[in-house]
Amino acid sequence: MIINHPLLGPRDAAEFVYLGDAALIDRPDWQAKDAAEQFHAYGYLRDNPAGTHQELWYHEQGDRSWLVVTRDTLTHEITDVQIARDVARSRGRSA
Amino acid sequence: MTQINRLGGGLVNQGQTLSFTFNGKQMQGHPGDTLASALLANGQLLVGRSFKYHRPRGIFTAGSEEPNALVHLRSGAHQEPNTRATVAELFDGLTATSQNHRGSLEFDLMATTDLLAPFLSAGFYYKTFMWPRAFWEKLYEPAIRMSAGLGRLSMQEDPDTYDKGYLHCDLLVIGAGPAGLGAALAAARSGARVILADEDFAPGGRLNAETLEIDGMAGRDWAAATIAELAAMDNVRLMTRTTVYGAYDHGTYGALERCTDHLANSGGKPRQILWRIYSKRAVLAAGATERPIAFGNNDRPGIMLAGAVRTYVNRYGVTPGQRMAVFTNNDDGWRTAADLAAKGVEVCAIIDTRDAPAVCDVPGARHIRNAGVVNTVGRKALRAITLTDGQVIPCDGLAVSGGWNPNVHLTCHQRGRPEWNESISAFVPAGDLPPGMAVAGAANGALTLGAALEQGRNVANAQIEDLGFTPSRDTPPRAEDEPHTGAPVWHIAASTKRAWLDLQNDVTVKDVKQSYREGFRSVEHMKRYTTLGMATDQGKTANIPALAIMAECTGKTIPETGTTMFRPPYTPVPLGALAGRARGREFRPYRLTPSHEWAKANGATFVEVGNWLRAQWFVRPGEKGWRDSVDREALQTRQTVGICDVTTLGKIDVQGRDAAAFLNKIYANGFAKLAVGRVRYGIMLREDGICYDDGTTARMSENHYVMTTTTANAVLVYRRMEFARQCLWPDMDVHLISTTDGWAQFAVAGPNSRKLLQKVVDPDHDLSNEGFPFMACGEVTVCGGTPARLFRISFSGEMAFEIAVPARYGNAMMGVLMEAGREFNAVPYGTEALGVMRIEKGHAAGNELDGRTTAYNLGLGRMVSSAKDCIGNTLSRRPEMNLPDAVKLVGFRPVDRTKKLIAGAHFISEGKEATMANDEGWISSVAYSPTLGHSIGLGFIKSGDTRIGEVVRAVSPVHKTEMRVEIVSPHFIDPEGERLRG
Repeated sequence: MIINHPLLGPRDAAEFVYLGDAALIDRPDWQAKDAAEQFHAYGYLRDNPAGTHQELWYHEQGDRSWLVVTRDTLTHEITDVQIARDVARSRGRSA
Repeated sequence: MTQINRLGGGLVNQGQTLSFTFNGKQMQGHPGDTLASALLANGQLLVGRSFKYHRPRGIFTAGSEEPNALVHLRSGAHQEPNTRATVAELFDGLTATSQNHRGSLEFDLMATTDLLAPFLSAGFYYKTFMWPRAFWEKLYEPAIRMSAGLGRLSMQEDPDTYDKGYLHCDLLVIGAGPAGLGAALAAARSGARVILADEDFAPGGRLNAETLEIDGMAGRDWAAATIAELAAMDNVRLMTRTTVYGAYDHGTYGALERCTDHLANSGGKPRQILWRIYSKRAVLAAGATERPIAFGNNDRPGIMLAGAVRTYVNRYGVTPGQRMAVFTNNDDGWRTAADLAAKGVEVCAIIDTRDAPAVCDVPGARHIRNAGVVNTVGRKALRAITLTDGQVIPCDGLAVSGGWNPNVHLTCHQRGRPEWNESISAFVPAGDLPPGMAVAGAANGALTLGAALEQGRNVANAQIEDLGFTPSRDTPPRAEDEPHTGAPVWHIAASTKRAWLDLQNDVTVKDVKQSYREGFRSVEHMKRYTTLGMATDQGKTANIPALAIMAECTGKTIPETGTTMFRPPYTPVPLGALAGRARGREFRPYRLTPSHEWAKANGATFVEVGNWLRAQWFVRPGEKGWRDSVDREALQTRQTVGICDVTTLGKIDVQGRDAAAFLNKIYANGFAKLAVGRVRYGIMLREDGICYDDGTTARMSENHYVMTTTTANAVLVYRRMEFARQCLWPDMDVHLISTTDGWAQFAVAGPNSRKLLQKVVDPDHDLSNEGFPFMACGEVTVCGGTPARLFRISFSGEMAFEIAVPARYGNAMMGVLMEAGREFNAVPYGTEALGVMRIEKGHAAGNELDGRTTAYNLGLGRMVSSAKDCIGNTLSRRPEMNLPDAVKLVGFRPVDRTKKLIAGAHFISEGKEATMANDEGWISSVAYSPTLGHSIGLGFIKSGDTRIGEVVRAVSPVHKTEMRVEIVSPHFIDPEGERLRG
């Protein structure tokens, strides 16, 4: 696979390390009343879609950016790649 | 003349003779021959024995689809089994031997297996060898293994080298037949970067095998001229002997180039190269594969596909027989008869399943209409054929044509499913191609020359226009469309004898019918039940006829019955090529510590620690075993001073205004209040609350920290910290960089460590206990101004320091430290002594942080702060992970001090049975303590911290031993920590 890095252009997937669902950005609030339940869901529950999936890839053999890659799990078509930090900010993690 | 079947002509150079041997027999061929064509030229029709029934077999095809003619090529360590003679290029001195027979090829003792055929039909061993159960492993399986199977491995290490490479292009053209050459020429003339790959050593595809014309010249001459033009262009890479075997994601293709397989000696060059080709677009022009018609005893040597016969006659100047018959259901088969006759070979009969007039005039040949072959005669070579009307025709060669199947394989590598084309009775690529791929020529169902040329050009032009190139306005090559109509006939129903479908796995029409009767009707089930299509040829000539027979049984159409999935590789890829250079010592890169050269010169034995090679111990004269060295190193360190290279521990430089707050998130214990110039021990949790790494972090200045991780987790910790920094807390002002390789770091441990360092560290730095107490850190200089970092930390439990210098000074620094330590009798120590001392001190390491243990289990529960947010602390508080009877890290010693503890032994209370239900924990680390004079261990046992002094059993069912052990504090040495603060 080839991942079109927003800063570096097309790079072979072999340069990256895969983590998983981009929902891992949405780490729960430790002080929430139901923090234990939320962290349980965060840690263990994943969607496993046959189709479009937003997922985290780390350019370990490159610039060490974490990226959010939108990939179709059936065809491997990649329709979008974003810098994960920008995604995190847009999801309100700037606190 | 020994080459009794050599006709002359073709693309072989008869001016030069090559000698080779087959089963020890001297034979001759010419440059341009394959092993198969040379064997045929020499009249060697019998080349092997079949997989299951040990039937005599010959050469069936002239290409990579060959199911039959598999041989051992070369000898000794270079011997390669299951090499297809049809693609093995002849060279002088080639040696080949036949496979799968006991006794000689001519008198195979295992041939009696054929008589047992009625008992050996599909699935026989699932049914026959059911009982007694114990017989399977001891009797049945070894017996079957010995009788079945094909080639044998040399059982020696592969002496060849293999490489890997990467290529990029605008357009990859797969196949250099008429369509591929047309495509490559059009694209290349437009200026696109083109790679043209073909599995053959002579590009041209069927043009080399046919007598067709392009632009008024012989097809092979047009091919040669086109190749010459392409070869002269800078934007073209022409790759012959290169099989594109797989279509992967995003325009990536796998290709195997056979660089020296055609040479007697590789001359030190890589034998094969595995290429990864990145293409923007691709044209698949892989051609088509002829399919047989199944009839009784259709597997005899001398029976060959009709297109293959043309290849041998036209390209190699060889005839498979002196008196040939042709059996066909289509016009194409007639050209074989015509080409044979044109070369002066006797064609005795053309048997056409159709009731149709002659396609062309073939002198001397009887045209037998509306007929089929039902049986053949001749055990080791064909002698005659029997037709449906009972007449027997003597002949020594039979060319069979059942029509052509487009080579759609690569179109299916990304779940594409081909669709049935009624007009050519074959599967053709559907619309669901791998992105970027287009198909042209026979691979796309355009089975005639004119159509293939035109399609190759048009498809390539469309592909490169898509990339922004302007197609050139040259005159397209033109050729006639030869007749090619046919009527599908898959097998001759009147045959009562066994009719083979899969020659390589010995699967017959009867087996497919049996599969149907026994309920294995889906193609995927049939394939697995009968093993059809599962041999090294992947059923290239067998799959479609088998599918047709299954369709007949079910009463469905062929497309309703389905098609099997094609997966990479198209043809076999040697494991050596997949491994490339990553073999043995070069399996993966390894890293050397900065003091490696010093250690090598001073008797070190090295051990692999992750990617690193570390000194394990240093042998001194007179030491008889490793324990002598390790005991000495540990004792001497505790008595005076020892030095160990600890560079391999991960080092992460953490800087920024929010560095403290960030570390507070990463570590489970508090880091916000760590003072400048101080070091703190920290533990890291996974988000699920499991403890996964530990180490120390030093605060060098207000916003500058230096973290150490374990050697094993250096990469992982850094990755997770980057995740936390970028994804979880994206606006913290913190920056990370790995400096593991930047600094050489040495532990200097033992009562004399301060005195030693005072000789090395420049005198303006105060190393006294007051000036530089336990857990102090700071920037210093050594040896008169060399920058260094000093940390007062201890893994051994002794008064100890770690000193870091820029990595390039590491080897020299080791020498300086040892020289300065000479007066104290300083000792270098390796990882074993390091391990002994950490077990004596009760420090957890990788054996304890095994992915199952929490801080609570490790006795560090109180370190996990509940007053802050950090990774893992929420889930670490789950009640199930904090039960009172959870396992706790404690120490153990054998009640009988002379005994050796065994790591991995499990604890059972005295008086209880050694069962899983009574399991109370395990020993994680053991060592012989030279200080205490007996074996000691660390381990986890339920409620261990409250059971000090209790005696339990340590049981090792693996070693079939058990012993009584006493639970003790994990701190075997200096439990109060007075030494390290001294």
